[in-house]
Amino acid sequence: MLFRLAWATLTSHRARTLLAILGVAVSAAMLLDMVMLSSGMRSSFKSLLLARGFQLRLAPKGTLPLDTDATIGNAAEITSVLRAMPDVETVSPVLGGQLHVPRDGKTVTATALGGDAASQGDYEITSGREPRGADEIAASDDFLRVANLRVGDTLSAAAGYDPQLRTFSGTRQLRVVGRAHFLYMAAEQRAVALPLETLQAMQGQAARDRVSFFMVRARQGANVDSVLQQIERAVPKVSAISTESAIRQIDQRLSYFRQLAFILGTVSLVVGFLLVTTLVTVSVNERLGEIVVMRAIGVARGRVVSQIVLEGSAIMIAGAVLGLGLGLLTARYLNSILASFPGLPAAIDFFLFEPRDAWSALGMLVAAGILAGIYPSWRGASVPIATTLREEAVG
Amino acid sequence: MTDAVVTTHDVRRDYHMGDEIVHAVRGVSLEVTRGDYVAIVGPSGCGKSTLLNLIGGIDRPTGGSVTVDGNRVDTMRDAAATRFRLVSIGFVFQRFYLMPALSAAENVELPMAEAGLPAARRAERARDLLAYVGLAERRKHRPAQMSGGEQQRVAIARALANSPKLLLADEPTGELDAKTGAEMIDLLGRVNRDGTTVIVVTHDEDLARAARRVVHMRDGNVVDDHRQNGA
Repeated sequence: MLFRLAWATLTSHRARTLLAILGVAVSAAMLLDMVMLSSGMRSSFKSLLLARGFQLRLAPKGTLPLDTDATIGNAAEITSVLRAMPDVETVSPVLGGQLHVPRDGKTVTATALGGDAASQGDYEITSGREPRGADEIAASDDFLRVANLRVGDTLSAAAGYDPQLRTFSGTRQLRVVGRAHFLYMAAEQRAVALPLETLQAMQGQAARDRVSFFMVRARQGANVDSVLQQIERAVPKVSAISTESAIRQIDQRLSYFRQLAFILGTVSLVVGFLLVTTLVTVSVNERLGEIVVMRAIGVARGRVVSQIVLEGSAIMIAGAVLGLGLGLLTARYLNSILASFPGLPAAIDFFLFEPRDAWSALGMLVAAGILAGIYPSWRGASVPIATTLREEAVG
Repeated sequence: MTDAVVTTHDVRRDYHMGDEIVHAVRGVSLEVTRGDYVAIVGPSGCGKSTLLNLIGGIDRPTGGSVTVDGNRVDTMRDAAATRFRLVSIGFVFQRFYLMPALSAAENVELPMAEAGLPAARRAERARDLLAYVGLAERRKHRPAQMSGGEQQRVAIARALANSPKLLLADEPTGELDAKTGAEMIDLLGRVNRDGTTVIVVTHDEDLARAARRVVHMRDGNVVDDHRQNGA
């Protein structure tokens, strides 16, 4: 009967109930989005960094990988030192640069990554194969589209370009052997991958035996922090960054997002709470006559409170479920806008749906709704019966 | 030993209205025997509804005692008083006060559900009670789809749901036209004849005439108490 009365009351005010559910849904969607935003970037970045299992990045002392043009010398020797370490499983040296490709009267420029095809962790081949030969490259879809190239085509590419003299340097004939998805590139960023030695040779003397950074994968079961310390001792001219410390740096740089998310999430929760409090208060005041009559005919105070709280909870639950869908839709839309944020990898999700966080956020909202309903319903169920009946009769 | 269902002893009820104290009931002692039909009459503000509320346990006296069916309702805690009202007292109000979202049958079932009656038994009893008040065909209708007289009959069925020993009605014909009021008077008479003690508070002379005993109140006191209709 409790459920029946709550249901009957809600359905007898259809428009009001629907509007209340929509209000809660908007609040729930915003709360969900904020929870997804606050933890999404962090988790997404972490899973991106660990996508190929490399837990350590080694950059020139005091820099981050590809943050500056600085490079590390004696790359071959360092690679050997690192590979000789018992806790190191894989070492992937990477040289960054640019590749300029004159095509159809224009020059198509792409980010170039020189690396070891066997150990690289920067891209995934989507068709064709990895560039293993000295004159082979794999390229991103965007590069191939803009340069009007296909797998199997040969192109003339330069590692340097002087815009004043309009001359290319380090020119070489290369053959496209694969189509690749580059994990850390921004949306629509044109990129190519080629063997490390090829890019070093194209960049000339300045890049001889140099790399921009190393990626290191520790052996299964090895302590990553301990490996990091061993590397820093063995190769003092590099800064070793673990995935965890990279996440911490990202956290610091993006703490603004989390603060924003926390504030807006709290606001959503408060709005949901106030919405239900207002709704239940209005409903209780409107039905004070009914409530005191229920009390007069012998319905227990707790039962009256439960029935009113049940109505509020039903609105909250329906709103939260609707808000879940709405939140996911808006998150997807906002993600597509933010995916073009300059300098961030396209694979980063600003809004990442993590079921545990989402359920706790929505659970919090429902709990807030239940709490919001308790006070006004208890107050309504506790008014003096005789006095209220007399006032209702006069009113 | 008397067969009293209701006994009030020197019962008083004062209200604070701003700085003033209103003495709504000033030491009323009354005894209502089982099966009786009592009308409490008097001018507005004489304390008759307050006395009814005190008897029904929905208000607490400032002094004196109220005993219903051997239980001191004036000293009961809220939960106990609520339970006592549920099983021992039926209320009928001037404005019917049915739950607008529920059908007639569901309104009648409400006190039975609270008393813990199984769904099938309360549905059957609600059907019987609605038939008793002449609304067998209207059990699925909501209050808004019924006339005032029909709503009041549903309210009486609801009041009888848990077979109370005492039915308290506050101006039950107050919102009804003369014809419907007369039907209501008949119905209350039938309820009484079928064994329920009835106390009504009324301005309606016809309703007062239908009772076996009439208690006149003025300024919070009982000024006359007599039997009629050969009772």
